[in-house]
Amino acid sequence: MNAQPHELREISGPSAFGDSWRRTWDLLWLISVTEFRLQYSETTLGYVWSVLKPFAFFGVIYLVVSQVLKFADVADFPQKLILGLVLYQYFSEATNKALRSIQTRESMLRKTHFPRIVIPLSLNLGAAITLFFNLVGVLLLLMVTGVEPQTTWLLAPVAVLALVVMTTTLSMLLAVAFVRSEDVGQGWTLTLRALFYATPILYTLTVIPESIRPLIAANPLTPIIEMMRIWIIDPNAATPVDLLGVVSGLLVPLAIAVMIAVAGVIWFKRDAPRIAEAL
Amino acid sequence: MKRDLAIEVRGLSKRFHVRGRRAPASLRSRLRNPLGRTPGRSLEVFHDLSFDVERGEFFGIVGRNGSGKSTLLKLLASVYPADSGTIRVAGRLAPFLELGVGFNPKLTARDNVVLNGVMMGLSPAEARRRFDSVIEFAGLRDYVDLPIKNYSSGMKVRLGFAVMTHVDADVLLIDEVLAVGDAEFQERCGEAFEDMHREGRTILLVTHNMPTVTQYCERALLLHDGEIHTIGAPDLVAEHYYDVNLSEMLGRPDHKLPEMSSKIVAAIGDPFARIDDGWIADEHGERIDRIRAGAELNLHATVKVERDYPDPTFRFQIASSDGRVVFTSDLASLSETGSAGAGEVIELKATVENRLPPGRYTIVSDIFTGEGTPAGPTRMTRLEVEGERRGSSMLLDHKISASTRSAPVAPVAPEGGR
Repeated sequence: MNAQPHELREISGPSAFGDSWRRTWDLLWLISVTEFRLQYSETTLGYVWSVLKPFAFFGVIYLVVSQVLKFADVADFPQKLILGLVLYQYFSEATNKALRSIQTRESMLRKTHFPRIVIPLSLNLGAAITLFFNLVGVLLLLMVTGVEPQTTWLLAPVAVLALVVMTTTLSMLLAVAFVRSEDVGQGWTLTLRALFYATPILYTLTVIPESIRPLIAANPLTPIIEMMRIWIIDPNAATPVDLLGVVSGLLVPLAIAVMIAVAGVIWFKRDAPRIAEAL
Repeated sequence: MKRDLAIEVRGLSKRFHVRGRRAPASLRSRLRNPLGRTPGRSLEVFHDLSFDVERGEFFGIVGRNGSGKSTLLKLLASVYPADSGTIRVAGRLAPFLELGVGFNPKLTARDNVVLNGVMMGLSPAEARRRFDSVIEFAGLRDYVDLPIKNYSSGMKVRLGFAVMTHVDADVLLIDEVLAVGDAEFQERCGEAFEDMHREGRTILLVTHNMPTVTQYCERALLLHDGEIHTIGAPDLVAEHYYDVNLSEMLGRPDHKLPEMSSKIVAAIGDPFARIDDGWIADEHGERIDRIRAGAELNLHATVKVERDYPDPTFRFQIASSDGRVVFTSDLASLSETGSAGAGEVIELKATVENRLPPGRYTIVSDIFTGEGTPAGPTRMTRLEVEGERRGSSMLLDHKISASTRSAPVAPVAPEGGR
């Protein structure tokens, strides 16, 4: 090792984002791909499970909603149901895993130096990879059931990106909050269950009584899932903005999503340096 | 000439804030105070710590449990942030606070090596490129595609260690890795450290094993109660480490020391005698710190008597690199007077048949009172035995031969392969 002597440089200590984007990205990609591969590595069916799960869930819910409860008087209901389910499944899996991610990687955090953000982000990226495969599966299924590919499909990535950004920033918030108090874990389980019904998955915004529509629409997941359904399945359906106006239909959920994102980034950045000793 | 610095620590302080956490309490107290938390506490680990490590130095950090050495290491490794003060490092630093950080039991050796290498600072491409060499070093070629949950713990340690030797850092922080693994593994670790040291890397080694410190380190730091107790020659640091350990035992108020131990502590605090000097000489009486395998080994020490005491006895021991005592001499006593008088200087000399296999050793000199308790602090001197055959087996004089029997055995008719 004959390289010339290095200059002394002050080390900055542990940080949320690291001081080299390159290294942060390398670690992030490597760990995400590993997580994704590991997820079903011990199973015979492998990746098939990640596609099979939402579809099986869809089958059950579809039977209950359309055959038992008989309130599926929405056009293209099965297609809208499965699309909503796949999107929500990503949201709930990613946040649930990220929530405990820092705790479960305690030994890694305590023993080595790397950008702390890699932990919640890698889980989210892994879940996003699963989402990508699931969406491909859903699109194939939709085409089989007669949904024609159309130009509005090109808009879908916007909604998916919004979902991924919101899920990721929320995950960061939850991950550091969980280190502070494990009550957050119990609270989030409950919240996820409530959100499942407060998000247009088993229904669409159009069938909701007008009095509670603004409440459901304030949920940032609502415009994302509604717009995905419109752009992919039924471009002529009424959008949240058509139903509620720009403020309730778009600006309120957008503001909430932005607040979550800002809080997630700020809080994570603030807590990350001391996270190893807080565990 | 002053060498360049590899690490410069200035005014480093660290305090832990232990947040109040609700301990599982009785139902009644929970009902009275549903959100009650115990108040947070704050613990100062160290305050205003400053020291330098030179480039290419093999530097030891020792201290009792709770002395702050692990925290210091974590600050150096950027795992914990400092409260104040600066740490400056020249070049890339790789922390090995544990071997195989982030090893995932479900992944194969290949995936784990890449992951671990990247965690330690290599680029993914570089980590992949070095994989073959890592596996070769670990000797695990046949198990490359096995998930490491099926590895023995020894194999995992070897793999982690192999990655460590391949990350190309300028400064390596190593915590107690020698404590794991068998004697052969420790020997290999020792050689790997030597190699890295020869390549000009700076190595910081945290250890409890004083022979390791005296045998490998060029300088060492003894951390005690968050302060630098001693920094300097490894022999000195090792001696002070033992002193600190003993006085700590005495200092504990609730701890009833057996009479014997209190005498030991007393002897360290206010010794009857001190070993002023300890050295090794070759057959010409020249001072040496390395010797050829099999060459005559002369151990020397001079003892200065501080206070009168009866029946002094003296002893040498030889400890191998894993801390094992491989030789203990008989006790020597003063043949003429039989007692030590204040101000006297006593010369000790032992000639030892040198059957030591090549490797690193520590010569331990001890002095005792007539009651068999220490008369003063121990002294340690390092020795390296040079030679071809490293390993842990003694070099004993022997004859070995092989011969063919002269009377030919009746030829066996070929029966064809089974």
